[in-house]
Amino acid sequence: MVRNILALTGSGVRDWLIQRVTALLILAYVITLVTYVVQHAPLTYAAWHQFFACHVVKIVTTLILLSVVWHAWIGMWTVFTDYIKPRMLRRVLTVSVIIYLFYNLVWGLDLVWSI
Amino acid sequence: MSNTGRIIHITVYRFDPDQDSKPYPATYEVDASHCRGVMLLDALEYIKSHLDETLSFRRSCNEGVCGSDGMNINGKNGLACITPLASLPDKVTLRSLPSFPIIRDLIVDMTRFYKQYERADPYLQNTGDAPAKERLQSPEERSKLDGLYECILCACCTSACPSYWWNPDKFMGPAALLWVARFLADSRDNYENERLEALQDAFSLYRCRSVMNCADVCPKGLNPAKAIADVRHRMLDEST
Repeated sequence: MVRNILALTGSGVRDWLIQRVTALLILAYVITLVTYVVQHAPLTYAAWHQFFACHVVKIVTTLILLSVVWHAWIGMWTVFTDYIKPRMLRRVLTVSVIIYLFYNLVWGLDLVWSI
Repeated sequence: MSNTGRIIHITVYRFDPDQDSKPYPATYEVDASHCRGVMLLDALEYIKSHLDETLSFRRSCNEGVCGSDGMNINGKNGLACITPLASLPDKVTLRSLPSFPIIRDLIVDMTRFYKQYERADPYLQNTGDAPAKERLQSPEERSKLDGLYECILCACCTSACPSYWWNPDKFMGPAALLWVARFLADSRDNYENERLEALQDAFSLYRCRSVMNCADVCPKGLNPAKAIADVRHRMLDEST
């Protein structure tokens, strides 16, 4: 089968594994953030700033931002290849999503590493 | 529910590609006690023999072995020959297997389904020396085929699978993948790498979203979704 160049990896097992690992990472990150917010309620800007100023948090957040990009890329590509049958429309939508995800990645990295 | 004197209204979605632009419903009133047997297929035979000889459907063994009479019965795929009339309400709606091209009435074109089955290489392959008589299996090795070898290729599962509806040319579908699992599990076959290699792409195996419709409708009580999960785990073991 010809490899779809708009797919993240084009390998079923790789996409499958990446989606599951990234889902677990994102879940763990969200739980950690929620726990932090609950423990420090009412959360002040100073406490929030101090949390994200930590290098470990920055590195982990970077990893999570990448995870979101990979996870959403695979997921949206799957949705589009299921439901959008006109090829040109599917290409435009997939490329738009990829550009949007990378825009968010760059924006997120800029935010995290400017603290 | 007793069939004595019971009147069942059976609506069949009829379609003749030479005359109709889309399937249309035709309702037949069947006295269940006039049927030769107690199954839905017997009611269809009654309609064809006494009410409308133009009604078309496939049938053969009449006992759930050949898989010819797969159809959509009140919204759920199944075999007419092993569906008791007593298990059905007084109004029954029959459609051809969803997503398969209709040849006529309840008869569908299975070509694409068989092509996906062919991709499973559904036969033993072994690079070892041919034995003098036959390749032997222990009872334990043979038991690994239970739940896999019983598939009769009726297509009820594949026709009920949303992933197959969207990508019938790329996703192999639950039936074909169950056959892949069946030969991967066979101790007499040593083509595991080749079989897995053929499923590497993002569609053939991995388009399964574990919706479980396949297990829900299988008239033989098999679980293709579990077989697919097992193949995936095998793929993961070999790939990492």
